[in-house]
Amino acid sequence: MTDALLSRRGLIVAGTALGGLLLSGCDRLSQAPEALKLIDTAEGVTLRSQRLILSAQPLAKEFKTSDISPTFKANGSFTPTDPAYLAMHDKGFADWRLTVSGLVQRPLSLSLDQLKALPARTQITRHDCVEGWSAIGQWTGPQLGGLLHTAGLQPHARYVVFHCADNLGGPGDGGKYYESIDLFDAFHPQTILAHTMNNQPLAVPHGAPIRLRVERQLGYKQAKYVMAIEVTDRLNHIGSGYGGFWEDRGYEWYAGI
Amino acid sequence: MSDAVLPIDDSAISATPTPATETVYRHTRVVRVTHWINLICIAFLLFSGLQIFNAHPMLYWGQYGADADPPFVSLGAVYAPDHSLRGVTKIGPIKFTSTGLFGVSHNEIRGYPSWLTLPASRNLAAGRRWHFFMAWIFALNGLVYLISSAVNGHFRRDLVPTRAQIKPAHIWQNIIEHAQFKHPVGEEARTYNVLQKLAYLGVILLMVLMVLTGLTMSPGIDAFAPGLLWVFGGRQSARTIHWICANLIVLFVLVHVIEVFIAGVVNEIGSMITGRYTYPTGADH
Repeated sequence: MTDALLSRRGLIVAGTALGGLLLSGCDRLSQAPEALKLIDTAEGVTLRSQRLILSAQPLAKEFKTSDISPTFKANGSFTPTDPAYLAMHDKGFADWRLTVSGLVQRPLSLSLDQLKALPARTQITRHDCVEGWSAIGQWTGPQLGGLLHTAGLQPHARYVVFHCADNLGGPGDGGKYYESIDLFDAFHPQTILAHTMNNQPLAVPHGAPIRLRVERQLGYKQAKYVMAIEVTDRLNHIGSGYGGFWEDRGYEWYAGI
Repeated sequence: MSDAVLPIDDSAISATPTPATETVYRHTRVVRVTHWINLICIAFLLFSGLQIFNAHPMLYWGQYGADADPPFVSLGAVYAPDHSLRGVTKIGPIKFTSTGLFGVSHNEIRGYPSWLTLPASRNLAAGRRWHFFMAWIFALNGLVYLISSAVNGHFRRDLVPTRAQIKPAHIWQNIIEHAQFKHPVGEEARTYNVLQKLAYLGVILLMVLMVLTGLTMSPGIDAFAPGLLWVFGGRQSARTIHWICANLIVLFVLVHVIEVFIAGVVNEIGSMITGRYTYPTGADH
């Protein structure tokens, strides 16, 4: 009996020690580049699986007016510090121009009034932050797909990149916010350039004058303060090459959840 | 021990006395393999999940929920009158100081402490990558277990309580036996008792709910299957249920491991490795 007890206690001690060792080892392993490379394979599996089940391009759930969050949390930049942006803001974005360039047949340059004159889609959708919270808001703006049709895509176009006015990562080009989506999401009916939120002109904390709404994706994909749209065939020449501000900082390009 | 004096010694059968213990093949290979893969997955999922939780240590009911909305659960921090940080945990109507464990640890505002998160440092991006990699293995491993158990009769044969077992009197008796640490012998020891069966079926259901509530948090999956939002009452409700189920799984694991130690750690763990389980026949009673 004593023997059994001793061995049992021995097992507990050994188990705890082994567990501790595993945990501390796990922590080092959890941030090792080789380990991260292995677990990154999951992103590709998630992307392919979701694309398979979303191939019919279903719409994200649209809510009722009564479902709108009383307070829509703003995150990331609350106001860009870029002097050029601030100057445009002071003039009510009268000088602001949205350019559409890159792999297009006809580059575009649109004023805010021109953009607001385009046929718009209004949708009440849920915004899901990567941190875990959600907020519901009503968004109005032209479909990105329509704009891209007008510009005409060149045959090898694959991605749409959004260059923004805010420097969330500090001064200089390295700190500039940007995002990218592929054509599958770009031509989805709910992918719009929102200039109006909850029936009001888009406020600065939410990305004035326009922000991207790409429903079915997480919050950091919904680029704010969009200044220029660039159509490209690859992403490795922009920023650190991962396709977005947060992607360059370790987050998934296609998060999935 | 096994050499009990038999009242009649004239039959051929009595020539071979019943041994004190017998060994049965209890766990099939698929149960054993999926069990250990599951253990690894749950460990990684739990600790990376707590890392993800820490990015917004609040839970809500409904479709939406953020800072301005009333949380159902929060692992928060406040400044005490002496300007030191104090961890405050709120779960529904319950509120308590939890400095050092929840809300604030090592003088830092942090939902769960660093020794409970993977990675230990604040790293949502790495936590997410681990979580979703392990979630794939967990879901596929679980699917192998569920399909094989449905096909080979494991559920029906080993886990679904018999008609006699679900009688309240039997369940009550089983609870008393557990409280007295009494272990069944003989034929009864060969199969799971009713509390075991209910615990195993319960934790299987919890793991299915983990996958479903996890998927409900995906805006893409919600577009494909909006019914999930209806079933769980919204994305934020799904996140809250995900957390509740995780807590219940942790509770299951604690009880499960304690029971393994009570019932005999070598025999129990050994049986989940080799499949062979030794039980007392009761012949020496």
